[in-house]
Amino acid sequence: MSIVIEHLNYVYMAGGPYETKALNDINLTISDGEFIGLIGHTGSGKSTLVQHLNGLIMPTSGRVLVDGMDLADKATDRRAVRQRVGLVFQYPENQLFEETVEKDIAFGPKNLGLDENEIARRVKDAMRRVALDYDKLHDRSVFELSGGQMRRVAIAGVLAMEPQVLVLDEPCAGLDPRGREEILGLIKKLHEEAGTTIVMVSHSMDDVASLAERVIVMNHGEVAMDGAPRDVFSCGEELRGMGLDVPQAVQLAGRLRERGFDIPEGIYLIEEIREAILKVAGKEAAHA
Amino acid sequence: MLKDITLGQYFPGDSAIHRMDPRMKLILTIAYIVGVFMVGNLPGYLLALGFLYLVVRIAGISFRYIAKGVKPLRFIIIFTFVLNLFFVQGETVLFDLGFWALTKEALQNAIYFALRLVFLVMGTSVLTLTTSPVQLTDGLERLMRPLQRFHFPAHELAMMMTIALRFIPTLLEETDKIQKAQMARGADFESGNLIARAKAMIPLLVPLFVSAFRRANDLAMAMEARCYRGGDHRTRLRELKYTKLDAIALAGMAAFIAIIVLEGRLLG
Repeated sequence: MSIVIEHLNYVYMAGGPYETKALNDINLTISDGEFIGLIGHTGSGKSTLVQHLNGLIMPTSGRVLVDGMDLADKATDRRAVRQRVGLVFQYPENQLFEETVEKDIAFGPKNLGLDENEIARRVKDAMRRVALDYDKLHDRSVFELSGGQMRRVAIAGVLAMEPQVLVLDEPCAGLDPRGREEILGLIKKLHEEAGTTIVMVSHSMDDVASLAERVIVMNHGEVAMDGAPRDVFSCGEELRGMGLDVPQAVQLAGRLRERGFDIPEGIYLIEEIREAILKVAGKEAAHA
Repeated sequence: MLKDITLGQYFPGDSAIHRMDPRMKLILTIAYIVGVFMVGNLPGYLLALGFLYLVVRIAGISFRYIAKGVKPLRFIIIFTFVLNLFFVQGETVLFDLGFWALTKEALQNAIYFALRLVFLVMGTSVLTLTTSPVQLTDGLERLMRPLQRFHFPAHELAMMMTIALRFIPTLLEETDKIQKAQMARGADFESGNLIARAKAMIPLLVPLFVSAFRRANDLAMAMEARCYRGGDHRTRLRELKYTKLDAIALAGMAAFIAIIVLEGRLLG
């Protein structure tokens, strides 16, 4: 199952006084099983792009094909598309509305018209995936939970649709460090165990570096870079020019290189820089 | 649908109309509406239309944009039109269906009332399109100030309006976001009968209310943290001042009213 985007353009409020071109000739293919990190500064068009992936926004021109189905085609079953491509919005806890955790997570599967048993199975499964204790929490009010728990309930609400592609718009925004790690951990597990294709929008270069297998950089509504994290993050100057930054490991490697230490190019993971530093330190020790 | 409403939307610009004092704009808008209601024949409405067109051109807004603002109110206008057709008594019968006869007076009245509503909407849109909400409420507050002597809460009212206006776009944006989030979970807001549709609103309204209350709470706290205590002895960042522009506008409106009155006398 793949998503193909061809010559996608999108204009906000066409004809009005605030007309803005949000997306400009986007061409992308998202293949089965990828883990994509989507980065770009505020207003670069990430969120607009992401909402095209399941037909919440229709292109001004161009096409979006999900599994060969054209989203602009009236005959395409939108619900089927939205079941396949799950979208977790920024601050998804703001969409919770039901009386209990269980009912809220069941909202999606219910809309798909599944039977009671299947819904119950999916709710339990989704809660397990986001590490929420079903027995303890299923009949609690969603508004009694902590921020991190609410977010996990919201993510479970999308997972219960059992999508093949999961798109997350800044899943860690506004969470404390532990909350971040929990969310990132469950996304990683979902990708590794269930094989779900992940598209993660993020402002944190470190999160993207540690998880993504492919990085897409957006700038002024266009795809500015698209490639392996190692290649993208080696273009520090360009990224900074777009109001972005590089992961901490890349920053550290650069500074050490400036001071004359022999650190190889292309390092972007914390583990790699650790190895490299140990190696250099070992050499220095041998010289002394 | 929500995007069609031009009433209450600000169209930023730097025209003479934009630069006028909001108080004068408020007064003149009311004067214009009174003028339009004094009109009693077709040439008079043409004059009113011409005057409005002139003002809209000076403001640098396309007239079609203003006219589009009437669209959401078409049902009310059609309703008034039909009501007048049926319930105005007249003598000159145009044609008779037995149980009901269309009279010339009824038709005339119906047309005039519909036109008045259209002009009312368009006239006030010029005000809201050229005046930012903050200026508008500032102007209102100043105009209502004399009433404070009778314990009329002018400042509080203006502040409430400012806050309400400021949150309209925020809440619209929020509604859009929640709606999309629920649609991503397979919710359907567009099909089904009336009851099904009303029920479909719950997943939208509950989160919207929750967030509105949270915002209200945050705002109250932020205002209190900056020692906000209401209207007494508050100074303003921007003092309102009448300028030559306002005098010219006042003269223009006076001329318009005078012509309308004269024209009414002449053509009766």
